[in-house]
Amino acid sequence: RVKRVAADITDKTKADLANLSQLAPAAVTEFVKRKLAAKQVIKSITVSKGSNFTTSVSKRDADLSPDMLVDGSWRTRSFKSVNLDALGAPPETGSLHPLLKVRTEYREIFLNLGFEEMPTNQFVESSFWNFDALFQPQQHPCRDMHDTFFLTDPAASKLSVFDGGQLDPAYVQRVKDIHSTGGFGSQGYGYDWALSEAKKNILRTHTTAISAQMLYRLAKECQGKEFRPVKLFSIDRVFRNETLDATHLAEFHQIEGVIADYNLTLGDLMGVLSAFFEKLGMGSNLRFKPAFNPYTEPSMEVFSFHSGLNKLVEVGNSGVFRPEMLLPMGLPPGVVVIAWGLSLERPTMIKYGYDNIRDLVGPKVDLEMARANPICRI
Amino acid sequence: MPTVTVARDLLFQYLQKSFSQHEFEDLCFDFGIELDDVTSEKEIAAKGEKSVANNANLSEEVLYKIEVPANRYDLLCAEGLTTALRVFKFDQPAPTFKVVQPENPIKIFQKASTREVRPYIVGALLRGVKLDAAKYDSLMDLQDKLHQNIGRKRTLVAIGTHDYDTIKGPFYYDAKPQKDIRFVPLMENREFDVASLFHYYKNEKPNCHLKPYLHITENAANHPVIYDSQGTVLSLPPIINGEHSKITLNTRNIFIECTGTDWTKLNITLNTICAMFSQYCTEPFTIEGVQVIQEDGSDLAGKLAQLRINDFVTGATDKTVFTPDMKERTFLADPARLNQDVGITPPIPAPELAKLLSKMQMPTVYDEQKQQLVVSVPCVRSDVIHVCDIVEDVAIAYGYNKLIRTIPNCTTIGRAFPLNKLSDALRDVVAQNGFSEVLTWALLSHDENFKMLNKNDNNDEAVILSNPKTRDFEVARTSLLPGILKALSSNKGLMKLPVRLFEVGDVVLLDPSRDVGAKNQRRLAALYCDTVSGFEVMHGLVDRIMVMNNIPFEPTVRHLSTIQRSYSIKKSESSTLLPSRRADVFVKEQKVGSFGILHPDVLAAFELPFPCSMLEINLETFL
Repeated sequence: RVKRVAADITDKTKADLANLSQLAPAAVTEFVKRKLAAKQVIKSITVSKGSNFTTSVSKRDADLSPDMLVDGSWRTRSFKSVNLDALGAPPETGSLHPLLKVRTEYREIFLNLGFEEMPTNQFVESSFWNFDALFQPQQHPCRDMHDTFFLTDPAASKLSVFDGGQLDPAYVQRVKDIHSTGGFGSQGYGYDWALSEAKKNILRTHTTAISAQMLYRLAKECQGKEFRPVKLFSIDRVFRNETLDATHLAEFHQIEGVIADYNLTLGDLMGVLSAFFEKLGMGSNLRFKPAFNPYTEPSMEVFSFHSGLNKLVEVGNSGVFRPEMLLPMGLPPGVVVIAWGLSLERPTMIKYGYDNIRDLVGPKVDLEMARANPICRI
Repeated sequence: MPTVTVARDLLFQYLQKSFSQHEFEDLCFDFGIELDDVTSEKEIAAKGEKSVANNANLSEEVLYKIEVPANRYDLLCAEGLTTALRVFKFDQPAPTFKVVQPENPIKIFQKASTREVRPYIVGALLRGVKLDAAKYDSLMDLQDKLHQNIGRKRTLVAIGTHDYDTIKGPFYYDAKPQKDIRFVPLMENREFDVASLFHYYKNEKPNCHLKPYLHITENAANHPVIYDSQGTVLSLPPIINGEHSKITLNTRNIFIECTGTDWTKLNITLNTICAMFSQYCTEPFTIEGVQVIQEDGSDLAGKLAQLRINDFVTGATDKTVFTPDMKERTFLADPARLNQDVGITPPIPAPELAKLLSKMQMPTVYDEQKQQLVVSVPCVRSDVIHVCDIVEDVAIAYGYNKLIRTIPNCTTIGRAFPLNKLSDALRDVVAQNGFSEVLTWALLSHDENFKMLNKNDNNDEAVILSNPKTRDFEVARTSLLPGILKALSSNKGLMKLPVRLFEVGDVVLLDPSRDVGAKNQRRLAALYCDTVSGFEVMHGLVDRIMVMNNIPFEPTVRHLSTIQRSYSIKKSESSTLLPSRRADVFVKEQKVGSFGILHPDVLAAFELPFPCSMLEINLETFL
């Protein structure tokens, strides 16, 4: 039997649900949880006529087209505005290598100054031209295995011809003599000079090997004739078998300048260097320091004041070729040859702010960075 | 360039004046040396540059590391360096050395057996030397530096210094079978024979610094040895001295012997040690000479006469020679010539030039009659061998930066090397065609040059290096391709496709017809990399380059006889390229280049995930 207990019942839930808007948010959430109510988002948009209201549809054009040109419809079209804060479309471009752009500038400078470019397309060289003809002695640290690349194949030169023709055996003998017993005003080095050592092939350690051959060729040409002064230069690769680090590589480019004429002085060498480095943008406050090279005497290291680093930095090496190198070649006594050299990489690194030389040359270079490298202005 | 490390305060004490670091650097600059580093023992150990025995006692005393020219053996120690600077800066007179030869000189008898293994010996005695710790260290350091530099790591010269009071002359320089030599070596406390000593140094002694020198005499049937009249071994040149005669702070008389294979360098070495340390003798700058007597059959005098005109030969007969020979050499110099060569304007008078040279340790007087400067070059200036060396010293003493800079007025006409001019023009052409230039190494590993390009080495192409430090440099490149492929590989994923690269540069090829046996060849190589292979792109570039060089494509030429050159393209057999997509370019029946799609094996070897086409041409074709 069902007995009545309460007089009346109120369905609070039903009443609440009918009056959702009056309820406290907590109670509404409770109903949502019980899946008795669901929240619904109603969005409304108010639309009103703007100034450009039109009843016909037209597309906003991005570009002028040939059709528009023909029918003149460009006059009535509206063009999308351009985003001037974004980059344009990059052209499909090629580029030249940063180091070689600097090389082009330096070549220009030399050619403008009346220098003749030497034929340096020869990496394999005999020890004779790289060392002995330059009066660099055979038991010198430079010729040690650790600084020079020696070759297994081809191991040795014949030393019978060179690029300019026949290599006079009498000249080779004069080189031997001046190393071992002296002559031409020199006391020599006093050791046993070996032809076999001179014949050993290496990868050239400096382009001075070519300068020597040019001077020997010049001496031969001037035999019995009036000596003609020359100005020579080269910018090409050289090789050093050194321990590698952030600033040292096995291969780099050497810049070399040579001037041969009667009665040149050390003051002349300094003057030429001042003019040369001035053109390279490194001419401020040049100072010269006594140095040592086996084949030049006097020798000088060239320093320039670098405003960015706020100190003197070495920018090159220079000197007057020793008579022991020039006289056996047959150059007239009184002809003085001044020369200087620097690397191509170092000034390029300083100019463009590279810390590690491998960011500039070699296969690990970031090519996008290389492509973005600006034109070289010196 | 050799460096000398000197305690700063000791340096200024020897210089008899203190300098600020800046002032000292300026002095170095003017003289031609360089203050390379300012450090201390503690700093050196912290940097891990040198193994130091006792870390606790490292001083913070300021040390100056000074770089000196490689041909100035007299600047390799504080004594010589400060002497030179004092003479240069303060006009002090340079020391003069006296070699005394007593009636009964110390004798060294040299046996014939030494002539094959280490033919020369010289010696000297310094009497009454008082060494303190600094001087002792300086003496040891100088010997070490001389060994490394002029001694060429002891192969040419080796030095032994001994406490004269522990040994008894006459002395014998001999070469004996290894097992017949027994002695207690320096720093050891038992006897060794030569073979067991070498073994000990090679395998047992920790941190043995003698290992680099063992090879010099290791295989000599008869090993050089010096002993005294009682059979005590003084030294085993060039390896080690005996413990018995070692120098201590109590030594008063220093006996010096030098052995070697180069007579000139041997004497320079002995002279240097004597010049540097004789200032500490009872009679300063006085050295007692030694007589070296040859056993029968010597041709010493003749041999020496062959070597050098002026130096170190006086007094040598085939039987005997007195050492050291520290005499000065004289040079005559024309004052006008000196002024002219340096470029001193207006020229300075001869007596002033003489004063300048005296500042460089070369006392000079002007001979008015001959109108020549008579320059006396002391033995410490062994670097002076020609008047040009004197010219440099005049310039240094005058001051390089005081010279007036002039421009020589020779007229010459500039001229470019045609191959370089052509190369630059073609570089421009290729860059204009959308290719980016790379610059890569001329030296490669053997694999990079052959195996990785699917090529075999027939031993007739590549120049081989004999002493590379790493495997990265085994051969000189015979193609520009590996370099460009390495550049592409390093930039994988960093560049938007298609990637177009090129390089103009020299490759090196064996060439028996050349005197050196090899030649360079200027090449142009280009690479195209994309999701498609780009064969026609390379083909198009070939056409473009030919047109730029005024060489038409043969099939398009109507009258072949009217043009000088034309090019044609034929199928290639190159294993580097994909068969059916490879071609050779010919000009006048000569192959000048190839192009095509790279073989997938090559792509895999260089870790390239996208197809590539390449082209490589001999640029010298276009000269």
